[in-house]
Amino acid sequence: MTETAIQARNVTRELPGPVPVTLVRDIDLTVNRGEFVAVTGPSGSGKSSLLYLLGLLDVPTCGSVWLQGRDTAGLSPDAMAELRLASIGFVFQFHFLLPEFTCQANVEIPIRRLGALSDSQARKRAAELLDSLELADHRRKYPDQLSGGQRQRVAIARALANDPPLVLADEPTGNLDTRTAHLVFELFRDLAHRQNRTVVVVTHDAELARTADRRIHLVDGRIVD
Amino acid sequence: MLPLGLSIALQHLRHRRRQTLVSLLGVALGVAFFIGISAMMQGFQRDFIARIIDVQPHVIVKDEVRAAPRQAVERAYPFGAVSLRGLKPREEVRGIRGARNMLATLEEMPGIHVAPALSGNLLLRFGGKDVSVNVTGIQPERERHVTHLEKDLLSGSLDALYTTSNAIIIGEGIAGKAGIRKDDLISAVSPVGVVLKMKVVGIFRSNITLMDNFETYTLLKKAQVLQNRPNVINRLNVRLDDVEQAGPLAAAIERQFGYRSEPWMEQSRNVLGIFVIQNAIMYSTVSAILIVACFGIFNVISTVVFEKTRDIGILKSMGFRDKDIRRIFVMEGLIVGMIGTVIGWLMGWGLIEFMASLDFQMEGFVKAQGFVLYRTPKHYAISAAMAIASATLAAWVPARRASRLNPVDIVRGAG
Repeated sequence: MTETAIQARNVTRELPGPVPVTLVRDIDLTVNRGEFVAVTGPSGSGKSSLLYLLGLLDVPTCGSVWLQGRDTAGLSPDAMAELRLASIGFVFQFHFLLPEFTCQANVEIPIRRLGALSDSQARKRAAELLDSLELADHRRKYPDQLSGGQRQRVAIARALANDPPLVLADEPTGNLDTRTAHLVFELFRDLAHRQNRTVVVVTHDAELARTADRRIHLVDGRIVD
Repeated sequence: MLPLGLSIALQHLRHRRRQTLVSLLGVALGVAFFIGISAMMQGFQRDFIARIIDVQPHVIVKDEVRAAPRQAVERAYPFGAVSLRGLKPREEVRGIRGARNMLATLEEMPGIHVAPALSGNLLLRFGGKDVSVNVTGIQPERERHVTHLEKDLLSGSLDALYTTSNAIIIGEGIAGKAGIRKDDLISAVSPVGVVLKMKVVGIFRSNITLMDNFETYTLLKKAQVLQNRPNVINRLNVRLDDVEQAGPLAAAIERQFGYRSEPWMEQSRNVLGIFVIQNAIMYSTVSAILIVACFGIFNVISTVVFEKTRDIGILKSMGFRDKDIRRIFVMEGLIVGMIGTVIGWLMGWGLIEFMASLDFQMEGFVKAQGFVLYRTPKHYAISAAMAIASATLAAWVPARRASRLNPVDIVRGAG
């Protein structure tokens, strides 16, 4: 049985202004639980904008985004923040790790913000995540002591910290060499197929995108393929 | 383990260590100066007030009226346009009329001591030196219940005014100026031309400079002779068991008898007025220091918000709410405010102890040995409240800006 993880219903996002700019238009998209989806398209096609809308970072001008069968339209910013915290993990092109904190502490941040685990449990959970991403030796290191691929894996560990059913990645391999990029994509496929998470990855690399279960091609804010 | 927001706030401050230290120092200096200066000023003010309450009569009834008496024609036509020309006021004998009755009435009231007095000018002449002084005729048996004179005597006694003929008690300042010592004979010349050889039977020191330099005391009878005003009293000095009643009592006396009655606050109005200005200057100086410190705090936190825009974006995308972000930055202001306060407390305490250790002679309104310091937890509490409130306020503005940043703009801009 397939379960709908996230759904965009007729979603349009415009930036207001003297000349309104349409980021995405009339998007209808359903992604199932455990699916690994790649979003491709030329730059400026609205790939990232779609991802932010799916991830509740941005709000559609019209249409609505349904997360796990619930309509998120009309939710307060605080309620959306809580949903992001518990249900969505973000990975960006830049790792965005807090430079003053160790890798371990960076991964603990969302866990502690959610507050469901005690401090010692949070420590253990972060350590396990880093171990599973083969970063056990780097837990005490600071982000600037790691290589790009290692940093991106720490960022993935942080995205998984609260065990979210949905993982969204915006050009996660943009700054990585080809070999590392493939490793990261393999990791995402694992998250989808072995851990039954829903993974949506924005990429401009067609070759990497081919490794996904499904590809969505955007041009000028519309799904064309 | 520290709460999450607090540990992020501390990391931010540690990241901007030098700026944070400067802001801390600013807050600390503001707090320290407030504590030090308040201790000094309030110490002096309270000491002064205690002394004048101790030394001077609490209420003085004078042979004056506050407003010139209204003419009969003005009383008859209170709303008419009355113009009087070439008016010659009646020459009245100065002095309190019916003073004996007043004395008797006041003495019957509980908790009140009254002493009559006649004060006037006198020129003391000794060894070729002239000193112009005030002379107050007193009744020693009453005076000792009303003023501090007896306790202020360095030598001699109040009763010697009775036992010695033509006896006078002079202030230490006068004695110093003219080189007069106890038991010296001096000549006293009054404005009406009476000249008396008087014997100094006592020297007092009240530590209130003006009194020590200008006041002398003799028997009431002798003063009346000197001024050629037999049986005249021009002043009633009142002392109360409860100082707080001075104001109402003075008003009541004035209402009942019509003579100008001044409570101690009015007698020392000039000085008390200066205190108000002093306090205003102190508070504005300290506020200025704290405002400068606040600019420092504002600056650090604004810089941090600017530098940490990416971190703010990622924290928000992670699920930090606006108020979580705001709390982090307000907390940074609070941390600077609180640590600065504690450092300021220590510095202020040290400043007070340092001032207390200074030893010097000071002669202004009063004579004092070193600083008179007033130590009270109130100053610490007030300074802490001011510092922490202003630090929080200074942090609030950049904190609000941080909380309103849109994460999409940040992550998109970086990509």
